[in-house]
Amino acid sequence: MSDDGVILRAERLERTYSVGRTPFPSRRRKLRAVDGVTLDVREGESLGIVGESGCGKSTLARCLIRLDKVSGGHLSFDGRDIAQASSRNLRPLRRQMQMIFQDPAASLNPRRRVGDLLAEPFRIHTDASEGDIARDVRGLLERVGMRPEHAGRFPHEFSGGQKQRIGIARAIALRPRLVVADEPVSALDVSIQAQVINLLDDLRDEFALTYVFIAHDLAVVRQISDRVAVMYLGEIVEIGPSERIFAAPRHPYSAALRAAVPRTRIDTARPDKGLVEGERPSPLDPPSGCKFRSRCPYAQDRCALHRPTLSGGPIEGVACHYPLGAPTDPRAPAGR
Amino acid sequence: MNLSSSARTDSSAVEPGTGSAALVAESPWATAWRKLRQDRAAIASLIVLGLITLACLLAPLYAQMVSGTDPFTTNLGGSIVVGGESRPILAPSTTGLGLGTTPIGPTGEFGPYLLGADAQGRDVAARLLYGGRNSLFIAASATLICLVLATAIGTVAGFFGGMIDTILSRILDVLWAFPIFLLAISLSIVMLNQTLRIGPVEIGSGSLVLPIFIIGIVYIPYVARPIRGQVKSLMSAEFVIASVGIGASSWRILLKDVLPNVVPRVIVFLPLIMALAMIIESALSYLSIGVQPPNASWGTIIQDGQSLLYSRPLVALAPGIAIAVTVLTLNILGDGVRDAFDPKSSVRIV
Repeated sequence: MSDDGVILRAERLERTYSVGRTPFPSRRRKLRAVDGVTLDVREGESLGIVGESGCGKSTLARCLIRLDKVSGGHLSFDGRDIAQASSRNLRPLRRQMQMIFQDPAASLNPRRRVGDLLAEPFRIHTDASEGDIARDVRGLLERVGMRPEHAGRFPHEFSGGQKQRIGIARAIALRPRLVVADEPVSALDVSIQAQVINLLDDLRDEFALTYVFIAHDLAVVRQISDRVAVMYLGEIVEIGPSERIFAAPRHPYSAALRAAVPRTRIDTARPDKGLVEGERPSPLDPPSGCKFRSRCPYAQDRCALHRPTLSGGPIEGVACHYPLGAPTDPRAPAGR
Repeated sequence: MNLSSSARTDSSAVEPGTGSAALVAESPWATAWRKLRQDRAAIASLIVLGLITLACLLAPLYAQMVSGTDPFTTNLGGSIVVGGESRPILAPSTTGLGLGTTPIGPTGEFGPYLLGADAQGRDVAARLLYGGRNSLFIAASATLICLVLATAIGTVAGFFGGMIDTILSRILDVLWAFPIFLLAISLSIVMLNQTLRIGPVEIGSGSLVLPIFIIGIVYIPYVARPIRGQVKSLMSAEFVIASVGIGASSWRILLKDVLPNVVPRVIVFLPLIMALAMIIESALSYLSIGVQPPNASWGTIIQDGQSLLYSRPLVALAPGIAIAVTVLTLNILGDGVRDAFDPKSSVRIV
């Protein structure tokens, strides 16, 4: 571990895709799914990443543990640069960083029994005998709230919540240090969501896990995350402690996401209503300057010219020329 | 955390799908086999195919015990006793211009010349069984070669992608574009004159290897392309990414995640490709490219019967019916296998 307790550090991380099939590479358009993301994940914390569909959260999640290629920037895990590491060199590191997938049905091979799926991490990374592995698999199943006999079944025989428990069991099998969870509950019924989140929360305490938790729902992230990073079109627009971001968002987009969380009480005043205008622009053709300016109610001329950087740094910062609650609050000069 | 603590207790009890019955579950293979057994048409086809195969395998027994003649030597002057009277196997023609001879027709007795004789006085029933042996053997071998090579090519192309995929796909395109009969005719003409030597293997003109390989290779693109597509989509499937995530090597992923999901599709192709191979084999043999005389296949018997179409139509009809029944049952079986193994698939071969 590096001295400051940072287990995962991304600096100006990029993942771009070439779009369009032409024989001339120069004419292909670039889609910047992850566009210069800088963030630190400290050992033992839980970092939430939120943003609307298509903002690049899932791509970022996969890039962070190198389940996807990285097009640019730096990425270090435990002080080791893994941005361009080969898949062979990554393999021994894999037991320390694991992923929980969004679609529990798709992430389990339908033709393999659950016991076989859960035994796989042990077979790859340990020399344990099949008998020991079978015992560990039973223990894992019990730990995630399933029965040991379930090892003999096939994934399709389980409900979505149970499948996700199996996915979680596989991820924690080798006691990883970092777990990236890509919308682990968004495919589940609301009643099951709470159980799975509680399970994740318990496992975090028990195994001293570090989480990167992806969600499009700020309410879910708030429950499990110490810090939150808000993503918009491949960039992090705000990062900071989740309670602070929930209570006093500084980026207009964070405020808009907070406003989108359904409430149980009808508030008399909703000052944050109508914060986002229009449709999300195509990531193939983002606006100049600040990417959010086309939908921002407070956008000024300067926003079209200069792209704001994440001021404050990768622990807590905001990428906005006129953050909310700052002396340069645009609402006063703009007369709103 | 504002969630109730009761939700943390063993929740598997409240989720569905945890019935106590059958804790060791039916494997996908067992499920497919159970579905296939419930498909009456497919099972009937399987039985018919089994009977045809069994009959063909017993051809030497039939030739020896029942027909009593060698189905590969001509028998121009012989005669047999049918219903107490002696009849020549080849009688002078009485129809048309009265030239040439007309072979004996079906005798109506379970004995020699049950289905009559061909123009050279050979027992059609015995030749039909021997011919079926060749036809089925060639079609089955060609199908195996085709499926093995196509699975290998399709899997490699889809698994590695990039340049390897491009090269293999273009080779498949060339194969796809090549006219099968032109390939077969030119190869066989070359080999009629000289023996083809590939390393220690010598392929002579009468060899069955030639039709087996021609048929086997020509249908590779039909199978390899969908396999390649399936492997390509499997490579981006989440469970494959999950296997990468737990540190599995490429070989491990290929053997444990990719191939087990590809094999059912290959099995679906098996009866369908075999039906196609039967037809092509008969066509090649009919054109004297496949099985060479005096050896028989259903295609060569049709050719033998061609000149007797007016006087003894059964000589051509019998092998024709045999081909039709075999191909039909293979296709019905193929549909059943597809529904059993791959219910979502839309594999259809014209």
